[in-house]
Amino acid sequence: MSAEIAHPLRERAHAEARSLRVRVVLALGPLAMVAGFAWALAQPYRITLLHPFGEGFWWLVGGESPLYVVLAGLVFWRVVAIPLSEDLQR
Amino acid sequence: MPRAEMVHWWFAGGFLMLTLIAVARLVVGEEVWVMRPWRRYLLPGLMFLMGVLLWPVMTFYTNSTIHMIAHGSWAQVLMLAGGAELGLASGKLHARWWRLCTAFAMLVSGGAFIVHEQQHWLFSRAAFLHHTLGWTLLLGAVFPILQAFRPRSLTAALGFASVLLLIAVQLFADRDTAAIFGHLSQYAGAPHR
Repeated sequence: MSAEIAHPLRERAHAEARSLRVRVVLALGPLAMVAGFAWALAQPYRITLLHPFGEGFWWLVGGESPLYVVLAGLVFWRVVAIPLSEDLQR
Repeated sequence: MPRAEMVHWWFAGGFLMLTLIAVARLVVGEEVWVMRPWRRYLLPGLMFLMGVLLWPVMTFYTNSTIHMIAHGSWAQVLMLAGGAELGLASGKLHARWWRLCTAFAMLVSGGAFIVHEQQHWLFSRAAFLHHTLGWTLLLGAVFPILQAFRPRSLTAALGFASVLLLIAVQLFADRDTAAIFGHLSQYAGAPHR
């Protein structure tokens, strides 16, 4: 096969693989956020902020487990995934 | 003071972050991952920080001597694993065998989980999860061992990330007093909510 044909083919394959990786990396954070949101919908009593009366300080601050999943996804997406996708696209 | 289950959820958040970081590193590959210097310290740094944060847990949750020993041992081995990985990331440590510190941390942690849980599997959800967490860590230690021998193994990296995710899910599922598969011992106490 001529190198003139093989090179663009290889470059296109590399670009497609890179694009897929970018999409996967950028999807990880939102995926975690959706999982946290789905958990909150399935077990709303886990979010004490929705019914705060009679709850102590720690239940209001430290008892919001589905929100931690959303927060982890958000922090990861903003701090890790976005710069990583920029590096992948270079 | 926060309830024990809340502390488990906070650490679950940490393990979820570790999972996301490990998966992202796996997806992009080592070459892209180290393009920004701060990123190579992310996973080991978080491991080390979680080890440090286990010391207050050991100090304030003194419901039994064996709990203190278990929390103290987790703090030490997590700091050891994080420190070894930080050393490797910074280039101050070179031998790949330092990666075995993570496997050692998992073996010690798994053993501590199983030993410090005095109740049987179906006593309560917390007891059940302590048993499953222990076995998850003991069996999952095979992946960092594999990584020490084959650093580029995709299976080992994927397995390690899966173990981190399993730990996060189990810690999030923990409750101080709740039933497990319909079982709750009369000695466990009344569920909070």
